[in-house]
Amino acid sequence: MAQPSGRVTYDFVTRTIARTLGNPGKGYFLLLGAAVTLLAIGIICLLYLLRYGLGLAGYSHPVYWAVFITCFVFWVGIAHSGTLISAILFLFRSGWRKKLYQLTALGWRGTNEEWRHFTRGYLYLAALATPLVLSVHSVVSWDFAMAIVPGWHATIFAPYFVAGAIYSGCAMVISLLVPIRKLFHLEELITAHHFENLAKLCLLTGSIVGYAYLCEYFVAWFGGNAHERAAFWYRAFGPFWWATWTMIICNAFLPQLLWFKKIRTNITGLFVISIFVNVGMWFERFVIIVVSLAGEPFERWSNATYNPTWADWGIMAGSFGWFFMWFLLFVKNFPAVSITEVKEVLPPPTKGRPAEAHAR
Amino acid sequence: MSEHRLPLRLPGPLHDLFRPPATPGVLGVFAHLDATVDAIKRLQAGTYQGLTVYSPVPRHELEDVLAQPVSPVRMWTLIGGIAGCAFGAWLTLYMSYDWPIVVGGKPIGSIPPYVVIMFEMTVLFGALSTIIGILFNAAHAARRLGTIAWDPRFTNDKFGVFVPCGADKAGAVEKLLLGAGAEEVRRA
Repeated sequence: MAQPSGRVTYDFVTRTIARTLGNPGKGYFLLLGAAVTLLAIGIICLLYLLRYGLGLAGYSHPVYWAVFITCFVFWVGIAHSGTLISAILFLFRSGWRKKLYQLTALGWRGTNEEWRHFTRGYLYLAALATPLVLSVHSVVSWDFAMAIVPGWHATIFAPYFVAGAIYSGCAMVISLLVPIRKLFHLEELITAHHFENLAKLCLLTGSIVGYAYLCEYFVAWFGGNAHERAAFWYRAFGPFWWATWTMIICNAFLPQLLWFKKIRTNITGLFVISIFVNVGMWFERFVIIVVSLAGEPFERWSNATYNPTWADWGIMAGSFGWFFMWFLLFVKNFPAVSITEVKEVLPPPTKGRPAEAHAR
Repeated sequence: MSEHRLPLRLPGPLHDLFRPPATPGVLGVFAHLDATVDAIKRLQAGTYQGLTVYSPVPRHELEDVLAQPVSPVRMWTLIGGIAGCAFGAWLTLYMSYDWPIVVGGKPIGSIPPYVVIMFEMTVLFGALSTIIGILFNAAHAARRLGTIAWDPRFTNDKFGVFVPCGADKAGAVEKLLLGAGAEEVRRA
């Protein structure tokens, strides 16, 4: 739980979060502009692909799942655990764009009856959503594991992908929260304590992912299957060695720094590590998808070097632009931090400990 | 409250339905949670019925003192979940038997892979019916809400208790609320 200073009262929480809906300043519009530019690049590439065909992308036999599928798996991973900061539950009337908020608030008044149904429903939604994260990523991983391609055909894939998804989602939350906290002055609500907890979750899931890497290599060697061995040798020392080692260093080694409390509570340090983890997790999907296909040992004659073209990278840029544009529009137009949930962890105002009147 | 109302003039019976007359009673505004709990206890001791308690956050203290029954939303979740699971089973099995793809010696409807669909449908139907359940129950409870006093500060940092009562008892209720620590009281 947050350690609130005396200034953080219910009223302070409402005002601070409602302020994110006001004028966000230049930095915000700069970021939004960058996101829209990336999206425009993606749309142009998509139009080219529609007009002239998939040949523009760097597919070559047998690599027909490449950057596009890599981005798909990357974003599915982000989607499920990145909902931490998007819990939008009820909207306080902030005076600004009042009609929209009145409409979306559905006449909420905070009566005991409303809370009774809300809290119960919330509990069950959480109970339903939690196993969903496990099932979605298990099934996504089975898309690969059901094939006989060495590097895909592994029993460890379901837990490996679940841990990877939570890991990358956590890293993405850190990468997004750091600038948002700064841009919208949420320092007193999103504290170093919250970041430390995210860092701990990163350390746990990152270590599970690191263990999965080790396990894959161990089984490839110990299992004695020549094709499996060849595929993993290709992965580490073949033409895509740089992608593999980027993935291993960013995902398995770098986060071990999070054992140190000094680094866990250093926001800048965490931000840098989270960016590396995002890069590493993108490359993990790239390595699993592209490198496994390119290194298929039963098709030696196919000579598959896959070189992504501008069309691949353009679509990838577009996917990032699409995500960041909606994210930025969302945080500006809706209270992205749940007002109620922040208030819930605060000690309530009581006669002995009254809510401080704060200057604003 | 008036800004939530339609500016239209409705014909007689509709007017009564959508704009029922205000419920007479007393509204107390509290700054402190413990004072609110204290007021509720005193009201309950004085056998006042049908209290409405406003709060900016859900608090166990209020739930405990009100001793409300568990929300029926859980039944919506359960029934939605079971319906979803059944739908998932029906969908997969019906489609398999409607257009059988016979592969040597294997069953046409093979349950293990269908469990995934059944599970996903359980979650989908369960979640949707939970949301509808919250909305329905809150709206059901809110039938009266348009008719009882409210204050926008209750969604920010104040707690409130509305006691429905006649004009004869209003004085006593006001005294009781102020005695428990209400910041202000208002008659409706």
